[in-house]
Amino acid sequence: MVEAVQDPELSAGEQLAAVLRDRLAQEYGAGTEIEGLVRLSGGASRETWSFDALKTDGTRQPLILKRDPMDRQVEKKFEGVPEGRLNVGRLVEGRLLQLAGEVGVPMPKVPFFLEKDARTTEGFFTHRLPGEALGRRIVRDDAYAQARPRLAYQIGHAAGRFHTIPLDDLPRMRGLPAAEELLHYRAIMDSFHQPHAGFEYGFRWLQERLELAGERYALCHGDFRNGNILVDEDGLVGVLDWESAHLGNPSSDLGWMCVRSWRYGYHDNVVGGFGDVADMLDGYEAGGGGWIDPEEIYFWQVFGTLRWGILCMILGFTHLDGEQRTVEYAVIGRRAAETEYDLLQLLD
Amino acid sequence: MPTDRPTAAELVEAVREFLADHVTPNVEGQLAFHTRVAINALAIVERTMAEGDAMDAAELDRLRDLLGQDGGLGEMNAALSKAIRSGEMDDKRTAVLDHLRQTAEDKIALANPKYLIQRG
Repeated sequence: MVEAVQDPELSAGEQLAAVLRDRLAQEYGAGTEIEGLVRLSGGASRETWSFDALKTDGTRQPLILKRDPMDRQVEKKFEGVPEGRLNVGRLVEGRLLQLAGEVGVPMPKVPFFLEKDARTTEGFFTHRLPGEALGRRIVRDDAYAQARPRLAYQIGHAAGRFHTIPLDDLPRMRGLPAAEELLHYRAIMDSFHQPHAGFEYGFRWLQERLELAGERYALCHGDFRNGNILVDEDGLVGVLDWESAHLGNPSSDLGWMCVRSWRYGYHDNVVGGFGDVADMLDGYEAGGGGWIDPEEIYFWQVFGTLRWGILCMILGFTHLDGEQRTVEYAVIGRRAAETEYDLLQLLD
Repeated sequence: MPTDRPTAAELVEAVREFLADHVTPNVEGQLAFHTRVAINALAIVERTMAEGDAMDAAELDRLRDLLGQDGGLGEMNAALSKAIRSGEMDDKRTAVLDHLRQTAEDKIALANPKYLIQRG
C-alpha cells in the first residue's frame, strides 16, 4: 500500500500546493492556479485546508480540502475493549455529504475527491460557502439574530431528510446497537482504572431505561451538534464533519444536539444554545423523519452527555499514556467534570 | 515544602501571568490557542492549591456517611463506583445523587468555574 510521505525539503503547504495543482488541472484544466492556501485549525484526526482555485478563464472557485493527516496518528488502544470505532474514511465521508445534499439537506457541493498516493493522504473537496461554523458565534453574534429562531426547526428538518436515506443507498458503514454501545463506553472507562462514580451512576440510569433507546437504524451523522453546522444570516447552509457517521438510532443525533456542552452558556436553549426541542421535532416531522417521543430524545441526551464525558477522558488519557503529549488534551481530560455535572443535573 | 516565598502557588501564578502578558500578544493561530489552554491549566492548579484540601475533606466525610466505611479518597470512590454498578446503592439514590452533584460542582469550581454562569 502506498503511504504518503512528507518531503523534508518542502513545507506541508508547498507539497500540498503541488498536489492540488495537478488535481485541479484534471478538473478545471491545465494552468489552474491556487491562491490563499491555509490550514484551518481543526481536529488532530484530519487536516482541513482552505484555498481558491483560479481558473484560466479568470473565474475563481473557493474550495475546502479535508484529508487524513499526513503525520500518521497513533490509534488509541483500550485494554480489553472490542473494536467499536465508528469513524468512516474520507472518501465515504465525502460521499455522505453528496448523498445528504441529494435528499435536500443544505450542504456545500462536493465536486471531486483526492485519491491517496506517495505525496498525499486521501480526502475530498467541498465548495467553500460563506457562513459561520463556530458555535460560540452562532449563539451570540448579532449577525445571526435572525437565523437563531429558525435553526432548531431547520436542523430538525435536515436530520429528518438524511435519516430517511434508504440504507441500500449508503456506502458500507458500521453499526452498533445502543446496549452494546453503552457497554463499549463503559469498557473504555474501565480501561483507564480511574473509578468514576458520577459516570457510573449515568451508566446505571441508562441501562435501566434501555427500552427508551428505540429499535431503529438509520444513517446517523454521529457528531450532529452546534460546531458542526454552517450558518449564515438566514439560517442553516450546511451540515459538516461527517467523519463519525454510522448506522444507529436516529434519535441519537437529535439527543446529541441537546448536550449542554455546545450551548456555549445559553443553557435555556436546549438545542445547540439557539432553540428548543419542540421546534426541532416539528422540523424533523416536516423533513419526513416522523414523530419522535421527546422522552426518547431525553434518553439520548443523557447518553450523549455521558459519551462526551468518556470522550473527554479518552483525550486526557491519550495525553497521559504518552500517545500524544499535548496540553490541549490534558485540559480536555478535566472537562469531563463539566459533562459529569451536566449528566447529574439530568438524572433522577 | 520550603516556606520561602514565592510559594509554589505564587510561582505558578508568575508563569501564568508571563504567558498571558508576554507570550499571548506575540503568537497567533495554533500556538495562541495552546497558550490559552496552558494558561487555563495553570489556573486550575492555582485553584486546586487554594481550595482542593478542603474539598477533599468534605468529599471524604460524605463518602464515609454513604458507605459506612473508612479509607482513602481513591479507595472510597472505587467502592462507591462498584456499589453503584452492582445496584447496592439503588435504595439510597437521592443521597448518592446529592453527593455526586456536590462533588461534580467542586470539580468544576476548580476546572472551569465559568461553566456554571448562565448567559443570554
